[in-house]
Amino acid sequence: MSSSYEARFKVWRGDIQGGDLEDFTVEVNDGEVVLDIVHRLQATQAPDLAVRWNCKAGKCGSCSAEINGRPRLMCMTRMSVFTREETITVTPLRTFPVIRDLVTDVGFNYQKAREVPAFVPPEGVGPGEYRMFQEDVDRSQEFRKCIECFLCQDTCHVVRDHEENKQAFAGPRFLMRVAELDMHPLDAAAESGLDRKATAQDEHGLGYCNITKCCTEVCPEHIKITDNALIPLKERAVDRKYDPLVWLGSKIGRRSK
Amino acid sequence: MATGTEPHLNSGGVRSPARAAIAAPHLRTDRWWLAPAATAAGLFAFVVYSTWRAFANADYYAAPYVSPFYSPCLARNCREMAGGPNADLFGGWWGISPAIIILIFPLGFRLTCYYYRKAYYRGFWASPPACAVAEPHKKYTGETRFPLILQNVHRYFFYAALLVAGTLTYDTVLTFRDSQHRWGHMGLGTLVFLLNIVLIWAYTLSCHSCRHIVGGKLKHFSQHPVRYRAWQFVGRLNARHMLLAWASLVSVALADFYVYLVASGVFDDPRFF
Amino acid sequence: MSVVDRQEWDVVVVGAGGAGLRAAIEARERGARTAVICKSLFGKAHTVMAEGGIAAAMGNVNSGDNWQVHFRDTMRGGKFLNQWRMAELHAREAPDRVWELETWGALFDRTKDGRISQRNFGGHEYPRLAHVGDRTGLELIRTLQQKIVALQQEDHRETGDYESRLKVFQECTVTRVLKDGSRVSGVFAYERESGRFFVLEAPSVVVATGGIGKSFKVTSNSWEYTGDGHALALLAGAPLLNMEFVQFHPTGMVWPPSVKGILVTESVRGDGGVLRNSEGKRFMFDYIPDVFKEKYAESEEEGDRWYEDPDHNRRPPELLPRDEVARAINSEVKAGRGSPHGGVFLDVSTRMPAEVIRRRLPSMYHQFKELADVDITAEAMEVGPTCHYVMGGIAVDSDTAAARGVPGLFAAGEVAGGMHGSNRLGGNSLSDLLVFGRRAGLHAAEYAAGLTSARPPVDDAEADAAAAEALRPFSAEGPAPGQEPGRPPENPYTLHQELQQAMNDLVGIIRREGEMEQALERLADLRVRARRAGVEGHRQFNPGWHLALDLRNMLLVSECVARAALERTESRGGHTREDHPEMDRTWRNVNLLCRLADPVGDPAAGDPARGQITLTRETTEPVRPDLLALFEKEELVKYLPEEEL
Repeated sequence: MSSSYEARFKVWRGDIQGGDLEDFTVEVNDGEVVLDIVHRLQATQAPDLAVRWNCKAGKCGSCSAEINGRPRLMCMTRMSVFTREETITVTPLRTFPVIRDLVTDVGFNYQKAREVPAFVPPEGVGPGEYRMFQEDVDRSQEFRKCIECFLCQDTCHVVRDHEENKQAFAGPRFLMRVAELDMHPLDAAAESGLDRKATAQDEHGLGYCNITKCCTEVCPEHIKITDNALIPLKERAVDRKYDPLVWLGSKIGRRSK
Repeated sequence: MATGTEPHLNSGGVRSPARAAIAAPHLRTDRWWLAPAATAAGLFAFVVYSTWRAFANADYYAAPYVSPFYSPCLARNCREMAGGPNADLFGGWWGISPAIIILIFPLGFRLTCYYYRKAYYRGFWASPPACAVAEPHKKYTGETRFPLILQNVHRYFFYAALLVAGTLTYDTVLTFRDSQHRWGHMGLGTLVFLLNIVLIWAYTLSCHSCRHIVGGKLKHFSQHPVRYRAWQFVGRLNARHMLLAWASLVSVALADFYVYLVASGVFDDPRFF
Repeated sequence: MSVVDRQEWDVVVVGAGGAGLRAAIEARERGARTAVICKSLFGKAHTVMAEGGIAAAMGNVNSGDNWQVHFRDTMRGGKFLNQWRMAELHAREAPDRVWELETWGALFDRTKDGRISQRNFGGHEYPRLAHVGDRTGLELIRTLQQKIVALQQEDHRETGDYESRLKVFQECTVTRVLKDGSRVSGVFAYERESGRFFVLEAPSVVVATGGIGKSFKVTSNSWEYTGDGHALALLAGAPLLNMEFVQFHPTGMVWPPSVKGILVTESVRGDGGVLRNSEGKRFMFDYIPDVFKEKYAESEEEGDRWYEDPDHNRRPPELLPRDEVARAINSEVKAGRGSPHGGVFLDVSTRMPAEVIRRRLPSMYHQFKELADVDITAEAMEVGPTCHYVMGGIAVDSDTAAARGVPGLFAAGEVAGGMHGSNRLGGNSLSDLLVFGRRAGLHAAEYAAGLTSARPPVDDAEADAAAAEALRPFSAEGPAPGQEPGRPPENPYTLHQELQQAMNDLVGIIRREGEMEQALERLADLRVRARRAGVEGHRQFNPGWHLALDLRNMLLVSECVARAALERTESRGGHTREDHPEMDRTWRNVNLLCRLADPVGDPAAGDPARGQITLTRETTEPVRPDLLALFEKEELVKYLPEEEL
């Protein structure tokens, strides 16, 4: 197999004023990924083509885009998964406002990150005195593999197809953050009067999730977002809000206090 | 491919004003419609079949086999099944097929199941039809309000499903009889029932609510080693929840169909001993 | 001009990696209004790439560990060139910095009794690295990021504004540290998104921008590593220390091109991987230096037995120190016995069953499978040395992290020099970030609070000059003053590639006097051409423009590396001279300092062929006696000249 060929690309170029898919023919060499091709376009044909990237090894989550309509990391999409005849379409993430070319304004995610109350350290346990067991940290550790590429936020139809839901819905990444903290063995939110289980639904929009699993499908870290974070969080919310026994227990508990 | 050259008027979703001006609702080039279409077709086929069988009110018992659709049988109009799952809780006023009474529970269990929800939201409701494919609805509130907020009762259907699975286990034990109700026999139907009950249990126990109740709700596994083990076991099953959901759906229909064939006299149950 | 937006802050932190974020947290907690500026999105800094762990003598796995042992290991690793007070502070404070992360929500891997697990690593006497699988850097950055958010939530509760006391300016680049006389007065920056200029007025600036790897062709570093902080400090009048020490990791991926330089972890060799040349020979047996002869296996059979029975056999030479292995690979490739893509073969596929490989090296298995489509259980990897880390950096005061000679300027992390001497131990970088990030933030806040008189004002002319400098690439079409007209502008991407090639070939892992002189000539030529680097389009998110601006920094830093490497006529740690292959004790107490030759002028103006850097020597302060007493005399004589003993 010859190692080099010319591939046809369509890359969205433009900004908030408008834009279009632009055609390129560009050299592709053996072993390259889509991000390499975008870099070649920059170096040879379109020096001002805007793209975000960093580590180029699937660890920082910067180069998120949509390739042939699917949310992917450009650095983790090998050219060998396409046929040579195929035209490869690269567009910016379509859930967030576009800034320029392949770069979008992902500020939504940073705003949502701020709305999730931080880890609450347990009282009376000093630095160095934390004792946690591996089986107790496993679950939250899985969620902390998240590289914040925001592909799950991009693909989630709750906000992708319904701009108006952005206000009420934190998105899979930040609901997973709520789950991570609720499962953290030493998080003392409950003691401080913060019920993460109930607020997941009341304040972060857990109810909008209809568990259609696109977040899990696109996750480059292969985190089981739906099965291990969102559904368990829904069950925890049920404990708080729809379980008559628990409800009764909490009523009695509150009265006896 | 048609693309916009200026920002769209507010047509919503991926074509909202601030987003990249691309007219196509999606740019996927693969056969993304295949999975939801297959899901919808499969579920539809089962609904048609089960509706027919549930309302048929006939051919559901061929000693020693009782159709899982009619077990337990809770009305007076049930056929007398020797040693079988008869329990006249409803009395004589119930006029239509007794299957309707009991099917509510397994049906509710599956209807509120986290896997089936995904399947029919995608397959029937196109919400979304596939990942990154725009859904056709103007508004979306998910499971935040009536009626879909009722999906939260899944765990109560799970409890009911445990009872149903228990009854079906009892029915499977009964298949070790012959048509004269003598113990120590086996036929082809016994194998069908065995396969079905294994899949029913596997599906029921792999339920997300079960995983939560067994141990998922705990904050410190290290303080509950037994429940931790149970949680891990359920977790391994849970990873195959979709597979088990389909397998048990097919097997329960198969078990019913087998009873139908024998009861309606299409063929005789081959006996091993 | 001077229409640029201005804001006032107490402390400005440049860089949002581990050191920058730790500094910002500390400064904010000390009451300073703190701004962080970073080139990427918040939370994407290169720190996420760190895999191994954070070195801290907590003694959780082996209670024999303590700060003195850690100090000793660090000094040995750095071949005694370390700024010893930094090494001491680092070893003493690292455990507290790790424990503190837990109180901010970090989840490290655990020991059986519930404490932070620690792993072995090269050069560390005891298991010492706190870790989370092989993604410790991600855990570190995420924890610090979430701590910053926590502080912002606190401020929001009090003031109704998340950013009232701590703000992150993401995707912004600082091009100049501004000064009032000798003192820092602020920074000049632009937003990458819009190209808009702005000035942050602040008496304290903490530089925490990381390394310089992007000046080399093959590197494990990301695009951000263009030596910005080094250059900012130089331009502000602060000296750089020992810039010749650059760590090359022996095993980076060389193929496919998309992943060239990405690390292949040391544990591949530790678990049985062997290096072969194109003739299939395990060449490392030919490269065991005399001083290591007794410690390494002489036959393949013996080497292979070591994995099972390390007590009765000597280790295979694949496990020689990083610099030895890197040099050997280099020699094989130069001798024409390299792999098709210019590396050598690292093979585990014929050494272990596929199942074992997948279990022991899961991340490497996936890295090759997903990035290169190579199944390491079936075929050999191609590897070669890759530029990994710069030990040199801004010369700082050990206790306060204050840059020398520029009041108000502080530096922490990879951009600061001294801590690691001539060679850094694995795991010491993350702890370095935390210890000195905190110190920089602390002292920057104190310095800002302690200014009794008026704050240093930002001079309009200086801001205007910075703006003009930043805009130059857009007007590069016209001939520069004194140049013949009619030549087209230079493509910044081409210039960058040529710079990387020159540094890689001529000031790379093995250095020779003639080649380095040649490198300085090439750099001079590139500097002339870089003045004509032009860009198309406009200022909004224009990567060509960004690169054209970063070129200034890479050229400055590259010249420092080349000049210092030419000057130091010995081989030590990350600096290997073919013409001076031995470590020389008389160089032990010599620091090389780089300064800007013409501190007032614009580096792009003036005669570009003349060097921009002047080099001075300085004798280091003797190691404190009680610290020296931690070592055996026999060991010290290998490193220290007679008069120091």
